[in-house]
Amino acid sequence: MPRTAAPKPADQLTYEMAFAELQSIIESLEGEQGSLDEATSLYERGQSLVKRCQELLDQAELKVKQLSGTELTDFEDA
Amino acid sequence: MQPSLFASHEWTVSSLTRYIRDMLESDISLQDLWVQGEISNLSRPASGHVYFTLKDAGASLRSVMWRSGALRLNIGLQDGMAVVVHGKVGVYEVSGQYQLYADTIRPAGEGALYQEFLRLKALLEREGLFDVERKRPIPEFCTRIGIVTSATGAALRDILDTLGRRLPMLEVILAASPVQGEEAPLGLVQAITALNHLKQRPDVILLARGGGSIEDLWAFNDERVVRAVAASEIPIICGVGHETDFTLADFAADLRAPTPTAAAELATQITALALQDDLRARELQLSDLMRSVLAERRDAMSLASANLRFHSPARRIASDRQRLDELARRADSAASHFLALANSGLNGLHQRLEALNPTQVLARGYAVVRRRKDGVVVRKIKQARDGLVVRVSDGEFEAEVVKGRAP
Repeated sequence: MPRTAAPKPADQLTYEMAFAELQSIIESLEGEQGSLDEATSLYERGQSLVKRCQELLDQAELKVKQLSGTELTDFEDA
Repeated sequence: MQPSLFASHEWTVSSLTRYIRDMLESDISLQDLWVQGEISNLSRPASGHVYFTLKDAGASLRSVMWRSGALRLNIGLQDGMAVVVHGKVGVYEVSGQYQLYADTIRPAGEGALYQEFLRLKALLEREGLFDVERKRPIPEFCTRIGIVTSATGAALRDILDTLGRRLPMLEVILAASPVQGEEAPLGLVQAITALNHLKQRPDVILLARGGGSIEDLWAFNDERVVRAVAASEIPIICGVGHETDFTLADFAADLRAPTPTAAAELATQITALALQDDLRARELQLSDLMRSVLAERRDAMSLASANLRFHSPARRIASDRQRLDELARRADSAASHFLALANSGLNGLHQRLEALNPTQVLARGYAVVRRRKDGVVVRKIKQARDGLVVRVSDGEFEAEVVKGRAP
């Protein structure tokens, strides 16, 4: 399956997006065999997605914002 | 109607009383009811049970509250007090009296609130606001969560702690609002609306408040709030008060949580721990797949290389070399054959050449006669004149023509 648009850099993806792409890469690797180059670049992309997911999982604290009207500001916890 | 002379069935007082009791107690509407009235004849004997008569202008109702219920009472009962009593109607067989077995007593004002609650609940229920079909599923995995509660309350603390413990990668958006008092309903409505208007909407909204009295929680029964909850396009989990408190917002929400903490748990059904396990599994799967892709290539390559060797020029060269040897051998033998042939030809020629050698002829006794003057070989008589040179096998001598004659 040809990849159309250039993929977003992994470090800009949400966990959900990164994980979903990882799933589909695994499915591609399980399915039809492209060239070795294709397989290698799929694998490398997969690795960077794993890394991105791990980074997000390693995040230790909630990001809390406060919404007032339509303004979002950092919430200073008292 | 005349009574028949012989009774077909004779009741005892007990059986009749039991029958009446069963009749009353099998009527569901008498088993879960609220009665409004004024307390009189209040009596609290040492047993701890509370006896009183509930009355209004037209009637009176004997009532009892057992000790267990009386201990939970948070108002001081007095004769003349206007109250709303919850309980069921039963029969005290010993004195043949029907009476109200009370389990909750509230001041009449609070009763009015409760009546309002019931009225509004019935109204909104008819409109379908609480229908099960309206409820949307809560996403299993949320990445952005909206919270509507007081910025200073314990509920927020509990929610943030729970979320932070379970899924710290979350983005949390607090739309703060007062949760009690006159400004609460409007504040709650605005907060819910504002979250719905965000460009990047939360996956779910937690509507929460810690425990309190029925008045404290009243904003969550406000019609505007309940309608805003029902109208929210983002699914709402409502966690207001304690386990036993039900508000109309609970009914309108997509999911009711018994407490704010429980609401936070329900919004994070998949925790970071579960995600970690899942990710680890995918990572292993990915490397396994790559390994097998590479192994496949290696196999294909060694097959191809075997194929290549089979068809390689080296093999061809070897076979050509063999052919060349053979050709060379054939060329050699052809050449020697030719030489032999040529040799024997040459010998023949040589012999023939030898046969023609004039000195051989001279040796046999013939002579060559030439004119001395011009060297012409004399073949005819008339050519013979003047001096001649005669060549014989061992040299020449001169001769003179004496007389010509034909043989």
